[in-house]
Formats: sequence, C-alpha cells, structure tokens
Amino acid sequence: MIAARKVLPSIAVIAFIILVWWAVVAATHSVVFPTPWQVITGTVELARDGTLFEHIGASLFRVGVGFGLAVLIALPLGLWMGWVKGAYVTLNPLFQMLRPISPIAWIPIAILWFGVGNVSPIFLIFISSVFPMVVQTTTGVHTIEKRYLRAAANFGVSRATLFRQVVIPAVLPQVIIGMRIGLGVAWLVVVAAEMIALRSGLGYMIIDSRNAGNRYDLVIAGMIIIGLIGLLLDGLMRLLEGLKVVRWRYAH
Amino acid sequence: MPTDDTPAKITPLKIRVDNVGKSFSTEQGTLHVLDNISLEVADGEIVAIVGPSGCGKSTLMNIIAGFDRPDRGTVKVDGAEQLKPSSRGILISQAGSVFPWLTVQQNLMFGLNGRALDEKKQLADHYAEMVGLKGFEARYPHELSGGMLKRAELARALVVKPEILYMDEPFSALDALLHLRMRNELLRILEQERHTVVLITHDVEEAIHIANRVIVLSTRPTSIKATFDVPFTHPRKLSSAPVQELRAAILRELGVESYST
Repeated sequence: MIAARKVLPSIAVIAFIILVWWAVVAATHSVVFPTPWQVITGTVELARDGTLFEHIGASLFRVGVGFGLAVLIALPLGLWMGWVKGAYVTLNPLFQMLRPISPIAWIPIAILWFGVGNVSPIFLIFISSVFPMVVQTTTGVHTIEKRYLRAAANFGVSRATLFRQVVIPAVLPQVIIGMRIGLGVAWLVVVAAEMIALRSGLGYMIIDSRNAGNRYDLVIAGMIIIGLIGLLLDGLMRLLEGLKVVRWRYAH
Repeated sequence: MPTDDTPAKITPLKIRVDNVGKSFSTEQGTLHVLDNISLEVADGEIVAIVGPSGCGKSTLMNIIAGFDRPDRGTVKVDGAEQLKPSSRGILISQAGSVFPWLTVQQNLMFGLNGRALDEKKQLADHYAEMVGLKGFEARYPHELSGGMLKRAELARALVVKPEILYMDEPFSALDALLHLRMRNELLRILEQERHTVVLITHDVEEAIHIANRVIVLSTRPTSIKATFDVPFTHPRKLSSAPVQELRAAILRELGVESYST
C-alpha cells in the first residue's frame, strides 16, 4: 500500500505526459511524429524480428567491457593515489585536466586509433568512467577518519591487514558512489558513441531509424528503452549500497 | 588488584614521563601546550590525570601513548623510550574507534595477529562475554547502543592483553547513568585482569572512583599542580565524607570552590 502510494504520483505524471503527447499528435495530424501507440507497435515489431535485443545486447556488452576495465584500473589507481602522497601530487593535476574533457571530444581520436569496430566505444566508455571512479576512490582514502588509522597503528597490524580490514572497507562506500557515477556516464556515452561510428547498438538504432525513412516511432522507442535500462543499471548499483559491509555509511 | 595503600612505592616503575614539553605553531604564533611535565606510573597502578578543558590533557596522552613526539623530554615505558604506539598499550578515546564495517567479533579479533582463526574467535567471544556483549558478536556497531559500543571498544583493547590501558575521557560521551555503570564495569574488569591504567578525565568524581592516584594539571602551558593519593578501598562509597573532602580538595586545585560536606 505504502509502496503503491509512493510510486503513484510519478506514474500519474508519466501517464499525463503520454496523454498530452497523444492529444497533440492527434490534433496536429502530424505524419512524422508518432503516437504512443505507434511507438509500442514499432517496438513490438523490432522485438519480433530480434533486432531490438541485438541492439540492446551490443550496447550492454560495450558498457560491460569498458566499465569493467575502468573499474579494474580506477580502483587500484585511486587507492594508490589516496595512500601515497607523491602519487597524488604527481597524477592528480593531469586527471583534473583530463576529467572535464567531454568523452564526445574523444570520438575523432577513438576512430583514428581504433576504427569503427567495437573497440572505439569501449575506449570511450573507459575514458568517461575511469576518471570519476579514480577521483571518488582517492577522496575516499583521503577522508578515512584518522581515529581508525590510529587504532590500526595502535594494534600494530600488518600492512596487509591494514588494507584488507581498514582502508578498503572504509573506502568502499565512496567506491560504490564512484561506480554509480561511472556507470551512469558510461551508459550516456555508449549511446552517443554508437550514433556516430557503428553498425549496432541502441545509439545506432536511433540514428538508423531516422536516416532509413523517418521512423520516429523507433527513435522514441530507442530513447525510452535507453532510459529504462539506465534506470535498471542504477538500481543494480544501488543494490550494492545495501551490502552489510557498507550499510554503516548510509545507515545514519 | 586495587589495594588500599599506594602501590607506587613497592611495585616496579612502568611509565616514566621526564620533563616533557610540547608546542604547536599556529597562525597566531606558537602555542605552548605542555610546559614541563614529569610523572611516574607504577606497574599495575591506576593513575587519573585531571585538568581544565583545553589544558592539553589529550596532547599529553598522545605523547605518553606514542602517537605524538614531545619537543623536549622523554617518555619511557619499561625503561625503553616510547617512539611509536604498540599493542602493549591500547588507547581508548572519547570518540571511539570501533570499526563500523566489522562485526563485534571481527573487531575483537582485529588486533590478534598470527593466531589460528578458532583461537581468535574463542578469545574474542571470551572478552565479549566479559564486557556483557554475549549474543551481540555478529552485530555491526551501528546496530549497538552507545554503551555497548564502549564495551566493544574496551573488549577489543582487553583481548590483546595490553600491559597499559590509555583511557582518554573514555566515557564522556555517555549519559550520567551509563557513565556510572561503565565505571563500575571497568573496576570489575580491572579486578579480573591486571593492567596499568592512565585515565584522562575532566570528571573529578570519575577520577576518585577509579584511580589510586590523581594528578591535577594546570591551565596552559600545562604543568602538574598537585598529586593526590586515593587511599580508599573498593567498592568506594562516593558519598562518604572522606571521599567528598578529597573531591573538594581536588576541585580547589582546579580553581573551583565546592560546598563543604
């Protein structure tokens, strides 16, 4: 009941927008802009012949590989930069300079280096998600409360124990925030990258639908699917916030 | 075992603080925190250090426990200079440092290096029971009350069998009732496990309740103003006339006139 009451207003807003959209298209007799129903039938048509799932699969695959690589690099790098002052002083200015460059600006270079295959979007996703995760992890190390490090020093534990039982668990909540940001950016970027360079993926699907006969029903279908999958990915990341070992950070 | 006479004369020396001074440079200039502090703590003794707020009690404790180095003078534990903290003396501070990401049992096992897991668990559970946390071993700190957190912190210190407990306002964050209860618990534990204790507090009653000796500090730059032996047997009746007289005398040293009893 309570859950229903919580989601009801947002569902009402979405329903209202769909109604207005429908009414406006009907009133203007637009031949290009589709009604909500046309979007649904278009989606069903794509789902029937399987191309929809190919596009979704292609996009998810690129995000999975690019984001996965970024995690593998960003976490150790962030921990190192957070822990070793010299590493921070040396690398932080470089990362702060690279971070504001939009991943879209890397597209020409990606095409030059990797062509128009799968590697280009994976590279772009990697570039876009690695920096926020490095920054969050580094900040996480820097904000470990001193009293915990002092306690660890007091008990005279080994470096391995210090990292395994103090530093890493203390940083984990920040890492998860970084991963949420990173994955969000990755999903934004994969669609943008696919619009320009490729033969598959949801971004390609949108551009191709427009180019191949003004199929705006499929353009909108693609947009909605991108939004829903983005919501789902963020939901998955939020599940991580429920893990027992990080609950302390979010409990208060 | 707390006794009714002062053990300082008959037991060997544990901690020796010799002419310790410490300053910090701030934007306003140099801040002389500790002037010239010398004190001795005997093995097994419970010494309370009281002083007004901001007098540098915690700075002194950090230096004694090895977390900070003095500008002048030395701190020796068992005759060896105290250069860094070690598990032979565990610090329990007001803020507490129970790791929120580990369960009570994992916290208690944290300092037990190089032992078999079974043995660690056994030791952890033994001390959890001693401080009254039996049944809470699998809980996370954020699921515990303030008093239970303090018990967990105490148990985590006790489990490594430290020779010295450095307690810096350990129970100050607790309400009055819990505060009193934790003091009684501490005394009960100290009867079972022999430790040398250095207790920093601004609470004169707490000092008299627990310690064999009370050292009174002055305001900054801090030096030792007076030392009082606490010659009462445990359990101490805090409302008794001699205890109240001692309390008044210590408060006078701190610049507070209390009504006489």
